[in-house]
Amino acid sequence: MTTMHSHWQRFTLKQKLSRYSVYIVLLVALIQSIRTVEVIPEFFYDAPEQMADMFTRMWPIDFAFYSVSVHDAMIETLNIATLGTLVTLIFAIPLALMNANNVVASPISHWIARFFLVSSRSVNSLVWALLFVAIFGPGVMAGVLAIAFRSVGFVGKLLAEAIEEINMGPIEALRATGASWASVLLKGYWPQILPAFFSIVLFRWDINVRESAVLGLVGAGGIGVVLNNAMNLFEWQRVAMALLAIFAVVILAEIIVVQIRKKLI
Amino acid sequence: MTTATDFASSPNALNIRGLQKEYVPGKPILKGIDIEINSPGIIAIIGPSGTGKSTLLRCINRLIEPTAGEIIFHQSNLCLAKGRQLRQLRRHVGMVFQEYNLVERLSVIENVLTGRLGYMSAWNAWRRKFSQTDIDMAFQLLESVGLTEHANKRADSLSGGQRQRVGIARAVMQDPHILLADEPTSSLDPKTAVEIMELLEKFAEEKNIPTLVNIHDVNLARRFAKRMIGMSDGVVVYDGAPEGITDAHLKQIYGGESWLV
Repeated sequence: MTTMHSHWQRFTLKQKLSRYSVYIVLLVALIQSIRTVEVIPEFFYDAPEQMADMFTRMWPIDFAFYSVSVHDAMIETLNIATLGTLVTLIFAIPLALMNANNVVASPISHWIARFFLVSSRSVNSLVWALLFVAIFGPGVMAGVLAIAFRSVGFVGKLLAEAIEEINMGPIEALRATGASWASVLLKGYWPQILPAFFSIVLFRWDINVRESAVLGLVGAGGIGVVLNNAMNLFEWQRVAMALLAIFAVVILAEIIVVQIRKKLI
Repeated sequence: MTTATDFASSPNALNIRGLQKEYVPGKPILKGIDIEINSPGIIAIIGPSGTGKSTLLRCINRLIEPTAGEIIFHQSNLCLAKGRQLRQLRRHVGMVFQEYNLVERLSVIENVLTGRLGYMSAWNAWRRKFSQTDIDMAFQLLESVGLTEHANKRADSLSGGQRQRVGIARAVMQDPHILLADEPTSSLDPKTAVEIMELLEKFAEEKNIPTLVNIHDVNLARRFAKRMIGMSDGVVVYDGAPEGITDAHLKQIYGGESWLV
């Protein structure tokens, strides 16, 4: 009796060689990039000391500063994030419908939608904010529009993908009843994308809370303005208060979003 | 008792002439179908998978665009209908699907009520403003399919057989002049399949409407059909009484003979 030996290897020799060459390329790239970033050693070794210095300046946190200006600025930030997210929907929903190939079959409509969605996403919200500060002057208005314009691409794209993933069976059934296009949208598409819709919008709101905290750095209102001013005046204890407030709100937003999502799905 | 000639001029009559469908140019799935439907009751369409049974039914309510031919319904050619006219014709053609095709996140009663969407504006649909007559009718239908106590459950909490009952109630809700059923029993166990066929038979008789049923279970078809249409390779190869179907016909329709016991 002889036993048959079956030979099995996960990768062929050719695959192995190509894998190793990828590793080598990665290693070379790493070495090359370390050489080009030109780390100044004095600054680098100095970092822990500088960090410790900054923390001692921040301590004790100036809690009194909260009621002076952090509170109002924080509320403003939340308003920017929420309003910005709502304004997003006005543009994102039609664009998502135009982009989903199971709603509109026309390639022209897809290209138009994709153009707006991609241009929205390719510009950072800070850059949008700079633009709107230049147009509307510093303040909440610029912040809201910056948030909205950056979010349209995100919400629109994810929403279009959610629409494309729905079951087309019920859509077929509703069309067969003689329902109009709008009725099919309301009774066939909408119930199916509802969980994804709220999931996406809440997620974007969560991101927007964090982003709008930074927008003040370029003058677009909110807690960022307070943070920027405190930093310019080297009031590190106040900076610490602002950072703590941002941290608390971000955590809170996360908890709220998780709770709401649990209820919805 | 209406005679065939009376029925032919009634709104329930359907006349398919020379119907062709090509998904890929030059490769027809339906190669010239002629079917005249002029009497109520279950008409079973049998044939192997891929022979164009589903395509045929979907051409009738234009879920699929026919390539050539005409379908006369309500004295107009369904193949040429557009926009509002198409929607008005569609609402008199009820359809039941193999996979039920309910809107799963809506309640059972709302799924039945969606059968009325063709009769109401999107604005009223959005506000869920169904007329009292429609609501009464929906509950009556739920009772006649035996699902009254499930009215407010979500559709995805029902079993397959129950879902198909909702699907039938939705189709009947349309006040159809003709019913189409695409493999309504294929996803169900044998006992439930018979119950679903009984239900379709009941509504066909009650409403006095023709009901076209795609089905691949020959015995089930024989049991309920008043007329059987055998399809093979995109053409009708048998059209007549269920008693007239012989093993020779079945061999021609399905090919092979080892399955004929």
